[in-house]
Parts: sequence; C-alpha cells; structure tokens
Amino acid sequence: MSDDAPKKAEERQLTASQWQLIWWRFRKHRAAMISLAVLLLFYFVALFAGFFAPRDPARVDAQFAQAPPQPLVFLDKTGFHFPPIVYGYVGERDPKTLRKFYRVSADDRHQLRFFVRGDPYLIFGFIESDIHLIGTEDPQLPLFLLGTDLLGRDMLSRIIYGGQISLTVGLVGVFLSLILGILLGGVSGYYGGWLDIAIQRLIEVLRSIPTIPLWLTLSAALPRNLTQLQMYFGITIILSFIGWTEVARVVRGKFMSLRNEDFILAARTIGTSRFRIIYRHMVPSFISHLIAALTLALPIMILSETALSFLGLGLRPPTISWGTLLDGTQNLNAIALTPWLLLPVAPIIITVLAFNFVGDGLRDAADPYA
Amino acid sequence: MTMPEQKPLLEIKNLKMHFPIKRGVMGRTVGHIKAVDDVSLTIHQGEVLGLVGESGCGKSTVSRCIVRAYKPTAGKILLYDDAGGAVDLARIPEPDMLPYRRDIQMIFQDPFSSLNPRMTLRQIIGEPMRNYQICRGKALEERVAYLLESVGLRSEHMSRYPHAFSGGQRQRIGIARALALNPRLIICDEPVSALDVSVQAQILNLLRDLQAEFRYSYLFIAHDLSVVDYICERVAVMYVGKIVETADTATLFKDPQHPYTAALRSAIPQLNPRLRQLPVPLEGDVADPANTPAGCVFHPRCRFAEDRCRHEAPAMTATSPRHHARCHFAGELNLSGLSEPAATA
Repeated sequence: MSDDAPKKAEERQLTASQWQLIWWRFRKHRAAMISLAVLLLFYFVALFAGFFAPRDPARVDAQFAQAPPQPLVFLDKTGFHFPPIVYGYVGERDPKTLRKFYRVSADDRHQLRFFVRGDPYLIFGFIESDIHLIGTEDPQLPLFLLGTDLLGRDMLSRIIYGGQISLTVGLVGVFLSLILGILLGGVSGYYGGWLDIAIQRLIEVLRSIPTIPLWLTLSAALPRNLTQLQMYFGITIILSFIGWTEVARVVRGKFMSLRNEDFILAARTIGTSRFRIIYRHMVPSFISHLIAALTLALPIMILSETALSFLGLGLRPPTISWGTLLDGTQNLNAIALTPWLLLPVAPIIITVLAFNFVGDGLRDAADPYA
Repeated sequence: MTMPEQKPLLEIKNLKMHFPIKRGVMGRTVGHIKAVDDVSLTIHQGEVLGLVGESGCGKSTVSRCIVRAYKPTAGKILLYDDAGGAVDLARIPEPDMLPYRRDIQMIFQDPFSSLNPRMTLRQIIGEPMRNYQICRGKALEERVAYLLESVGLRSEHMSRYPHAFSGGQRQRIGIARALALNPRLIICDEPVSALDVSVQAQILNLLRDLQAEFRYSYLFIAHDLSVVDYICERVAVMYVGKIVETADTATLFKDPQHPYTAALRSAIPQLNPRLRQLPVPLEGDVADPANTPAGCVFHPRCRFAEDRCRHEAPAMTATSPRHHARCHFAGELNLSGLSEPAATA
C-alpha cells in the first residue's frame, strides 16, 4: 500500500512500527551505540577467531614459555614500518634464582605481513584455511603480541578463541532462561490460582539459595567424563537455573497487568483465540522490556562462567574460555612474574560494561508508547 | 425516534456478579463485593438503551458479563436469534462463545488503552474479520477501507499505527473495529467520557447516524445524563448493583419515580433559567457494595426514607407499562419534574 503524501518524513513517523520507534530512540543513546559497536566487533572477531588469531591457540612453543608481550613497532631507528615489525626474544637466566626469562631485543627484527599463511584452522568448523590477519613470514618465528602462558602458547590467540565460549555461554544461558521464564511466568500470570502460588514459591526458594554454593554443587554433580561440548551445555544449563526466575517474574507481572487491559478484552470480544491473544497481543507488548532485562542479565552470566571456570568447577582446560585462561593466575607467582596472564580480564570488563550500556539504552527505549 | 416492533434481542434475568474478597496467604474468602446484584434488563432489536449510574455502581460489570469477560455468579443472559430462539450466554462454556461473540461488540471508554499500539489500523480493524474468516487479502483491505470511511477516517491511513491519531480519531477506530463483524448489539461503555466536549458531540452524532442507518442495538453506558438524553430511547438507572428505575428517556427526565433518579436529574445543567430547579441534595456516600445496607440500598441517602425502607427491600413496581421503579413509594412521591419548575418566575 503506497501513500503518496508529500510529507514523507511525517508519514514515516506515523507508520513506524514498535521496533522502528525503539531503534530511533536507542540511536540517541550515545554510550549504548558505541557499546553496541564494540560488542558487534567482539562477536565478529570471535566468529572468525581463526583468521584474527595469529596462531593456533593450542600450539605449544616450549622454548618461548612465559615470554612477555612483544610490542608492535611502527617506527624505530631503522625507519617507518608498515606492516609493523616485532623484535625477537633473547633468553636469559636470572643469576640469583636461576629462573629462565625472556627479554625483547631490538637486535632481532621480524617483519610482519598481513594475510599471511600460518597455522591451519577451520572456519565455522568445516572450511579449511590458513590465512591469518597478521603474522610473520616464517610461521616458526615467535609472534606473541600479548605474551605466552606457562607452556608457551600465544595469549592473544587464546583470548580471541576464549571469546567464542565466553561470549556465547551467556547468550545460550540467557536464551534458556528466556524460554523457561516465558513459559513458567506466562503460565503463572495467565492462569493464576494454585499454579501461580506454586511457581512463585519455587522461585522464592531458588532465589534464596546462595548462588555460588549452588553452582558449585551443580557443577560438581556433572560427570567428569563429559566432552567439551557437553560440558559447555552443562554449564549454560546451570547458569540459567537461576536466571529464569527473574524472567518469569517479569513475564508474570506483565501478563497480570495485560490481562486487564482494554485491548486484550477487545481482542476477546472480536473472537481472537486465546493462543493468538498471547502471541499476537501480549508477548509483543513486553518482549522489548524482556530483551532489555536480558541484556542486563548477560554480563552476570559471563561473569558467572568466568568465576566458575576460575574456581576450576566450570569449564576445564583444554577448553579455552576467558575463565579457564584466568585459571593459571591463581597463585601470586604468576601475577608477580607474568602479569600478562591477567590480560583476559580486559575483554571481560569491556564486554560486561558494554552489555550494561546497551541494556541501559534498550531499557530507556523499550516502551516507545510510554 | 420511531418505536419499532419490540422484539427482544438480549434479555438479562436476575444477573448477579459477586467478586470474592480474598485475604491472607491461603487466599481465604472473607466476603463478597456485590458489583451486580439481581439486575434484569431487556434490550430490544434496534433499540438504544441507556444504562446510567455513578462510578462503581456496576454498569461496566454488567457490560463485561455480557461479553463474558467475567463469568456471572448467577442469572441468565439470553441472546435471541431472529427466529425467537435464545441461548444463555451466562452458562455456555468459554470455547463455545465464539459464534455469539460475533453478535455482540464493544466500544470502550479509553481510546488509548483499547487499541493495541503495536498494530496498524489494517491489522486492528482486519483482525475480527480474520478471526471469523470472513475475508482476506484484497477483499479484507477493501472492507477495512470501507469501514474507515464509514466512521469518518481516511482509508489511506490504514498503514498507520494508533499513535498517529488523536483521542477522537482513535475512538472512531474502535467503532470501526466494533462494526467490522456487523454485530446485532453494540455495547458502548462510556464511549465519550474520555473525550473533549467538542469531540464528544462528533462521536455521539456518528453513533447516532450509524444506528439510524444500520439499526444497530446499543447498550449505552454513561454517567452523563445529557449524553444519555441525546442518544437513548430508554434508560435504566443503576445504583449499587441494582436497577432502580427504567423508563423511556423523555418520561424518565420529566417524571422520575425514584428519589435517586430525581437527584441525578437535578444535577444536569439547565440552560433555561426558568426551568432551573433547586438541586436535590444527596447526602452521605454511595453504599459499599461489599456491605450493602439492609432494606432498600438507597435508604441511607434518601430524603423520603421511612421505617419500612430500612427493613424491607423494595421490588420493581410498574407505574405505567413502560415505567418501572424500585421504590416502596413509586408513584406516590412528589419528585417535581421539569414540567413543574421549583423556582417560579
């Protein structure tokens, strides 16, 4: 249906759907927009981790164990470099402790190249490739932009690969929470009665259990011989075990208030079926609130996964997540001697902050009719 | 207005809607709010029946019982078909309501909350026809356009959302939705009381024109008597869950038989100073429907109350064939109508 009104912009406003109105309002929230861009970038990098990571995250370079980060050098006394260069390592031994350590030495330079061939990897699990965004011409030369861990694996590559798990474990967990929450909250709010009372008491009991001990118990109950993938899903289920209660409460409240709205009664009087009333009238009117609430719940999920994995009760090596990467920093030695092992904290903080800002923006924009 | 052949369309018999009051963790019932208590009403085909009363007197509850938003506690709601057969809407199970919902449509008080803000006009007005599989696609679009034009809106606006429209226009959208199924009865639940006075007149005229053209029956709920006077042929007055008086509109205003009706009437502003009368004061508060007084529910506020009124609930008595009042003294009190102005020149 075309409308040839001359005032196109005004017509656009008048025929704008809920999601357009939400988007227009969200766009005005600067911090949320920047955060959204950052998050999209993170997810994009995680999606093509093999390409962005300079090396295979599992590749062990024992001769470069615990090597410090190599800075990218664009400009030095030999001139301007683009693509940049890195300096090589010199191995030394501490005369007092006899501990071996590495120093970056300007005598040894390695020219970097974009789109070089290096360690092979799979895109989406089935497309073979060995092109990396950046790398040394000879893949055997050291390139550890964020240093290496105790076994000599590249931290940057591990952080990029860790994002694949850490960024999605929350999404899957939130998705499960959403399904459970809408289902149980909807039943509770729509039918009411003893079913409502039972579900509400269950939620109160679940929420009164301290979360960390609960998670510890649940993850201790997971069998030890699970595959990495099974473990991953086990953890998401544990995380959503508490998460759904919040969703269920929001959904219940919305159902109860919507049930008495005139437009719901109107829908009944014109013969709309109960099922259609729920999915066509009720759910669309609170789904945006729910998405905002869930965006704010995501960082909690990400932090929980990190905490569990850090305590050794979540995901376990060789699975790479930001939590398992921090596993190696549990002793003071590691922090004192190899502080770069703490670097996975940076993406965690950025992600959590970004989700919070996006959630704030969404919450403000969620109800364009208020 | 002409008196058409008086065939009943909807007959409400002894309708009761009592809401339980629940207290405590276990939800124990500690009493009932008698929102509607023994209401009997008949709406005839093609008739505009007004239902008036103060806020909280149960007018809206009656309308919501008719569309089965509530399942009545007791009583019958008989919907007659053209052959004279009837079905009791108060007793049929919810899933079987579908074919009868089509006959009874509703126009709501609040034009903002009664339209789903997330649907376009095409979807809002098309939904009833979609539900009953009356038409689809191009035909649906044409029918929506026709309905929009017939309530005074422009059909090219059907891609717009309700937020693009003013209160009066939204009320027109609500009317178009109610007309979509060609109902036999339209319940107008205070359709103009949320609107500006200037817009009120437009909407009332629209409702009246539609009624004149298509002979719809209206149950017109209002608390503004001048609105009722303008549009209704017959009026029922409600007080604390009960009908206290029914009569043709003209008769009711000229010659009320119930003291409550007289008090309501005296509250209508009168332009002609010669016809102005002293306001009939109503003292005290509306009775609590959870704890109604013994005897006549109106007796604590009635100027004429006697001992009998405190103990014995009055029955509906006819003072003329089309005029009934629930008062022990119906026909005996001097409740000076407009014909006998209290203030003489």
